[in-house]
Amino acid sequence: MAEPQLTVEPEFQYSSLFAQAQTAVAGMWLFLAQECVFFGGMILTWVYARYWNEAGFDAGASHTVLWIGSVNVGILVTSSFVFACALLFVRAGQVRLTALALLGVIVLGSVFLLLKGYEWHLDFVAHNWVNDPDFPVKGPLEGGAKLFWTFYWVGTVLHAAHMVVGIGLVAYVLRRTLRRQFTPTYHVPIEVVGIFWGFVDIVWILLWPLIYLIGRLP
Amino acid sequence: MSTTTIDAREAEVSYLSEKFTLWSWLLSTDHKRIAILYLISITVFFFIGGIGAAVMRWNLIEPGGMVAPETYNRMFSMHGVMMVWFFLVPSIPATLGNFCIPLMIGARDLAFPKLNLMSWYIFVAAGLTEFYAMFAGGIDTGWTFYPTLSTGYTNGFVKVAAAGIFLSGFSSIATGVNFMVTIHRLRAPGMFWHRLPVFVWSHYAVSVIYVLATPMLTMTMVMLFFQRSFGVGMFDPRLGGDLVLYQHMFWFYSHPAVYIMILPGFGVISEIIPCFCHRRLFGYEFVVWCSMAIAVIGFFAWGHHMFVSGESIYSALVFSLMSYVVAVPSAIKVFNWVGTMHKAYIRFDAPMLYALGFIVLFTIGGLTGLWLANLPADVHLHDTYFVVAHFHYVMVGGMVTALFGGLHFWWPKMTGRMYPEMWGRAAALIIFIGFNMTFAPQFLLGWAGMPRRYATYPPEFQVLNVMSSAGASILAIGYLLPLLYLPWSLFRGARAPANPWDATGLEWQTPSPPPSVNFLATPIVTTGPYEYKEPEVLEQQRQDG
Repeated sequence: MAEPQLTVEPEFQYSSLFAQAQTAVAGMWLFLAQECVFFGGMILTWVYARYWNEAGFDAGASHTVLWIGSVNVGILVTSSFVFACALLFVRAGQVRLTALALLGVIVLGSVFLLLKGYEWHLDFVAHNWVNDPDFPVKGPLEGGAKLFWTFYWVGTVLHAAHMVVGIGLVAYVLRRTLRRQFTPTYHVPIEVVGIFWGFVDIVWILLWPLIYLIGRLP
Repeated sequence: MSTTTIDAREAEVSYLSEKFTLWSWLLSTDHKRIAILYLISITVFFFIGGIGAAVMRWNLIEPGGMVAPETYNRMFSMHGVMMVWFFLVPSIPATLGNFCIPLMIGARDLAFPKLNLMSWYIFVAAGLTEFYAMFAGGIDTGWTFYPTLSTGYTNGFVKVAAAGIFLSGFSSIATGVNFMVTIHRLRAPGMFWHRLPVFVWSHYAVSVIYVLATPMLTMTMVMLFFQRSFGVGMFDPRLGGDLVLYQHMFWFYSHPAVYIMILPGFGVISEIIPCFCHRRLFGYEFVVWCSMAIAVIGFFAWGHHMFVSGESIYSALVFSLMSYVVAVPSAIKVFNWVGTMHKAYIRFDAPMLYALGFIVLFTIGGLTGLWLANLPADVHLHDTYFVVAHFHYVMVGGMVTALFGGLHFWWPKMTGRMYPEMWGRAAALIIFIGFNMTFAPQFLLGWAGMPRRYATYPPEFQVLNVMSSAGASILAIGYLLPLLYLPWSLFRGARAPANPWDATGLEWQTPSPPPSVNFLATPIVTTGPYEYKEPEVLEQQRQDG
């Protein structure tokens, strides 16, 4: 598809557009290093607490909705694949396909959030909120099971918050794509958002076994 | 430093005079203006934290206390929270660092100017949240928020305070990301890594800590918030959690954060001393790599805060060893500064007086830290005034003195005006005397066994406590003086030339105050950072005309 030639000027502090693009990518990677420590701290305490409360964690985990969590893994992995396609399309100058792929990412991300919201609803109905008086696990395992659900809520809510931010960012680059602001040589915002999207995807891939699988091991 | 000669052209408009409206400041993405915004904000927080200190010292004049113990608890908590997160952590990096780093590396701005502005707004939002927590009723947990006091027993505004600290973390992270990327990507042609001023290196080291330690604190605050709100037990052994886990997570951030609160000070001192001794920094590479070593080793010393918290003796031994190890690069730096001054012709302007004060106070603070790194000694000294005196010598005697030194040093560059030299020197001396009078008695009090965070004490400690309170009033005068004469100099001070100190460094080669784009022509760097000519060479040049 032919598109009008753009002359994108670098911001005033950069010597060239190339330098600016590299800097933006570097900034996102550094931000993700920070995110690793953020989620890493939670996962470390999660594993540590599980070590001391194995039976309680298993009892809690058995009440999670396995199918939603697993379907959501598929949705997010697919969305990352579609995002990678968007990057290929923009490099090939295919503006319409790029926009379609980005729209696909937004749709997949929204489906993830809808399913997640439905799952939260099911959790509430099943009294899995941490200080619900009818919490399903009673007796000696109650403390451990509640700890599991604490981590479940902290982890899924924080992940969902990242998803919301991610969808907002994808919508932003979609808007700029539709305004023909990207060229095969200048499209670094798409690349930067893609790195972030991939990270949020990976976080879910780590949360999936922690929430749904380990407690169900025979 | 570079082949570009000093640009004597008056900048058409400086960053200060270009569009001087409220919105042009509040929405500015200019790193120099954001530095000024930060400077005003941290000054406000500094004085709020100072109110807490004043009430504490007032209370401790009498053994029975002058205010209610509940008030006392809230005052020391406010003092700690405000001073650590809203003054010390952003102090030098967000103000002097923000202002100087792009100038020092020959860049036109930081890599992400909008992110820089956003970090200030997050910081202000966090500060206002914290204000609310403090004035709605305050907290009585101390700045460390240890459970189960903070999660179960206290009736203070812990959740709001935790939310404020959570927010402030993002401002630190944004600053750290911005600095690291800027230093990597925006150096002027010829500005190789080993031509970077130590100030820039120090901020690189600090940024590593900002980026890799702060998220652990934000996560800890999330968990604390959750536990206090919903009664779950991540940090409660009765519900399957672990009490010491909180302390590990908290100090995994807060110990490296101790180096956030001193490394930028090292950077400032490493600029001031070569300038006022007019010679190269002795052992530049050692100073640089010691900064990096401190940042890295600092990540592995956190356990020394839990020697008496039920940590295993084997962990304690390792953490004790690491605490000794981290002292080595700190000591190397002190030797390098002293080596720079050895047999030099020293000018005792106000920045240099602050730098000398820094070396003395930091050395005392650092050496007493070794006592606390020692396992058996720490059992005796833990949670006493000895610890209080130790970390105030490092953070206040060190970092705040460095901040004042740096503020005087770069004041002509930031404002285009000279501060009144006599008042600058007087304040430096008053701060040095007042500081020692305040905190030296606290070493003795701690050694004699007076615990920290108590509103009352046995009568035999009164003499030293009164000495400390008297010193604090002198210290307060020292801190108030610059608040008067620095703003005065904005209107009445002599106009500053581009390079009033005959300093090397790119920031001195652009007009004072700099134009919005920093440099009228991109500088090209050909030499190292401290190419001061020896006085004999200068004299020879003068004779040759």
